[in-house]
Amino acid sequence: MSAKVEIDFTLNGVREQRAVAADMSALAMLRDVVGLTGTKYGCGEGECGACTIRVDGVTLNACLMFAVDCDGREVTTIEGLAATPPGEKLRASFVEHGAVQCGFCTPGLVMQASHLIEKNPGAGEEEIRRGIEGNLCRCTGYRKIIEAIAGAK
Amino acid sequence: MSGIERYAAPRTLEEAAELLSAGGATVFAGGTDVMPQANAGRLRFQKTLLNIGRIAELRGIGESNGVVRIGALTTITELLESPLVRGRFRALWQSCDHFASDQIRNAATLGGNLCNASPAGDTLVPLLVLDAQVVLAGKPNGTLATRRLPLAGFLTGPGRTLRAAHELLTAVEIALPPAGFDSEYFKFGTRPALDIAAISIGLGAVREGRVLRDVRVAFGAVAPTPVRAPRVEAALEGRIADDAAIEAALEAAADEIHPISDIRASDWYRREMVRNMLQRMLCDVREG
Repeated sequence: MSAKVEIDFTLNGVREQRAVAADMSALAMLRDVVGLTGTKYGCGEGECGACTIRVDGVTLNACLMFAVDCDGREVTTIEGLAATPPGEKLRASFVEHGAVQCGFCTPGLVMQASHLIEKNPGAGEEEIRRGIEGNLCRCTGYRKIIEAIAGAK
Repeated sequence: MSGIERYAAPRTLEEAAELLSAGGATVFAGGTDVMPQANAGRLRFQKTLLNIGRIAELRGIGESNGVVRIGALTTITELLESPLVRGRFRALWQSCDHFASDQIRNAATLGGNLCNASPAGDTLVPLLVLDAQVVLAGKPNGTLATRRLPLAGFLTGPGRTLRAAHELLTAVEIALPPAGFDSEYFKFGTRPALDIAAISIGLGAVREGRVLRDVRVAFGAVAPTPVRAPRVEAALEGRIADDAAIEAALEAAADEIHPISDIRASDWYRREMVRNMLQRMLCDVREG
């Protein structure tokens, strides 16, 4: 067993103090320790983007991040984003454009979309496609997702 | 079961070097290579898990006296957003543009990409073309000592480098290339995003009129490490990129690469791709 490490960070705007195993991923911590299951485990190796979270503003794959590395940082998950105006706008646009089928990729895509819109508010279709290249969706064929993101700007 | 006994996230290079000198440490920064390798059982955690991501002095891109220093913790996204990288090191910028996905570019560091030493590592090929040096620091006898190595010598095999266990890669240094030097990176994978190169090519030169000078060529994923190709360079140096020079370069390339067959491509396919893509790049040079 790996040593437990005390970490202190901000999760969705609220201070969190947790003891986590040194070898645990941020994804396992969010889901199994904190109990926020909106962030999904897809591939576990950074290929699918279902576990996308924001750390100090930028998006990362939570499965590739050590939980201990959250110490002192600001972490936002889909649960936190959903409670903000940009999150609400994205959710409404995903619904309106029919961009959700099975829904497993949706939290990761919404997180990545929020980062992409914030960084490049004028993003056109090509830039949206590039921006979500790290997120896989096996249902929609992406077209409706791209329209949803474009509609949420 | 892994058995990490201790986690440390030092804020200074001195402290980190001290911890490394004690031995038995697994070093990580972005974690994008360490985490999947550990999960796949290809990496066993040492007693200490050492997070070097908080060491401010390993960050930043700066230039002084004609040498650009890129801190080891610079992320791929930061390289992409650097006007200096985009303006002077075009091949390096292109390799960052073809690197994985936004999420991984936001976490992955240049130092990590170099220390992971994949034969297909994206930034390695352009850095070879740019004659980059790596800076290593360690505290073997109680005082911090630094050494510099050409990247070409630093890389010794797949996942292997000359970094000693007590050392950290702290920065990459690139002397600004001569005026007029331009470089280009080509990567072939089966899809644009999140793919590992089946082959990659870096090409750099100064064009004096139609004559090529200071020609530098490197290949990725066709040998145990990314490699410079001195015979290809010699075939082009001081010449006009006409059909004869291009053919001589392609023949030299065939002798200088040693590809293997693996999950991403066969030996034959890699040879064909290097020949055809190098030809395309050189034809683009010829067309100006």
